[in-house]
Amino acid sequence: MPLEVELVSPERTLFSGEASMVRARTVGGGDIAFLPGHAPFVGALATWTVEITLAEGGHELAAVHGGFVEVSHDHVKILSDLAELASTIDADRARRAQEKAQAAIQRGDDVDAEAALDRANARLAATGTMVH
Amino acid sequence: MAGGQERVLRARIKSVQSIRKITRAMELIAATRVVKAQERAHAARPYSDEITSVIIDLLRAGAAKEHPLLRDNPDARTAAFVIITSDRGMCGAYNSNVIRLAERSIAQAQAQGLDISLIVIGKKAQKHFRFRGMPIDAAFEAITDQPTYDNAREVAATVRRRYETGELAYVELAYTQFLSAGVQQAAVRRFLPLEVPAVDAGDGPSADLEYEPSPTGILNEILPRYLESRLFSALLDASASEHASRQRAMKAATDNADDLTTTLSRVLNRARQDAITTEIMEIVGGAEALGADKGDKHELIPSLLTPEHAFPEHLDRLDKSAGTH
Repeated sequence: MPLEVELVSPERTLFSGEASMVRARTVGGGDIAFLPGHAPFVGALATWTVEITLAEGGHELAAVHGGFVEVSHDHVKILSDLAELASTIDADRARRAQEKAQAAIQRGDDVDAEAALDRANARLAATGTMVH
Repeated sequence: MAGGQERVLRARIKSVQSIRKITRAMELIAATRVVKAQERAHAARPYSDEITSVIIDLLRAGAAKEHPLLRDNPDARTAAFVIITSDRGMCGAYNSNVIRLAERSIAQAQAQGLDISLIVIGKKAQKHFRFRGMPIDAAFEAITDQPTYDNAREVAATVRRRYETGELAYVELAYTQFLSAGVQQAAVRRFLPLEVPAVDAGDGPSADLEYEPSPTGILNEILPRYLESRLFSALLDASASEHASRQRAMKAATDNADDLTTTLSRVLNRARQDAITTEIMEIVGGAEALGADKGDKHELIPSLLTPEHAFPEHLDRLDKSAGTH
């Protein structure tokens, strides 16, 4: 039995469908994957990607900037106040943002710049153009 | 003079008709905006439903309830009001309803000896309270037409910071609920401290939930989001209500313009007819007056003004053609 997955942002439901696996990263840096039959779970998401392996093959990548994942009875609900599907991310823009944030951090700038860097990295990872 | 009255009426009809064009256009725009706003409110529902259910699960799992957004601030002497109105008018009693209701709650808070802090969204509330000399602590504009989640985040952050420091005793949210396209109702709701849904402990399957990090850790993350989500819902509701009110007001204005055009056209036609009648009466009266004087109709002006009088230098040519007069 596949997982029922919903990726929900405050403004709309970004993705809804069946999946064979969902991978996410929770606060603290650990990746966690959910397969059908997973125990009920609630986690806070880190600024990173969520990977949904679709039941009919292929996968959907999304960048989430914080948020929550709840798993119960093979329903995976991903709530994120800032979530973007890979197909809607502008990789060039994310790269520029990344460079700008890195420069700001080198100048000794603050938490804001680091958050911006995290977001840019998550976006780039989602589009698969991450330069490590 | 009769002609002057006609001119005035024509000008009025013209201006009524061009106003009608504007109100009609605004009505149609508002109608599409209502639909859009309703769709947005509908699309936002899954998120707020889910976030509520996660919070309930967390509380069942025994997450600590000492979060600053959940507890009372008994020492605080200030009550804050978030009031959502529109930027533009032309929407009937939409703004005055919500402002009146908010003022009632404000009066209650003042009666309890609390200081008032106002956070106003929309120019209308801003103008209203500024005119009455009430201090406004934060004012937001250009949100209510099409509110985004970023707007909600911004407003919620302002309120949350001040509540968490213990400055505010409570926060009320005044907005207009969208019940249906025909019915909108102003409402004042408790915004902070958050009222968590009643949880019957140990009930349901949630006892064996796994958490990462801890229930309390997640709750700390999720409550601010919940706050934003509630404000966002209120903004969307208010936006849909605003457009619905505007649609109704503009429909009434358009109908009224139609009525006015009909009435004015009738008055205009009557005036024109009167003017024509008067003119005819004048001509007839004048002719009769002249006829009575001279006794013979051949001695009226035309017979006095023969071509010889008019064109003396062409007398020779006229003599042949003019014949006898």
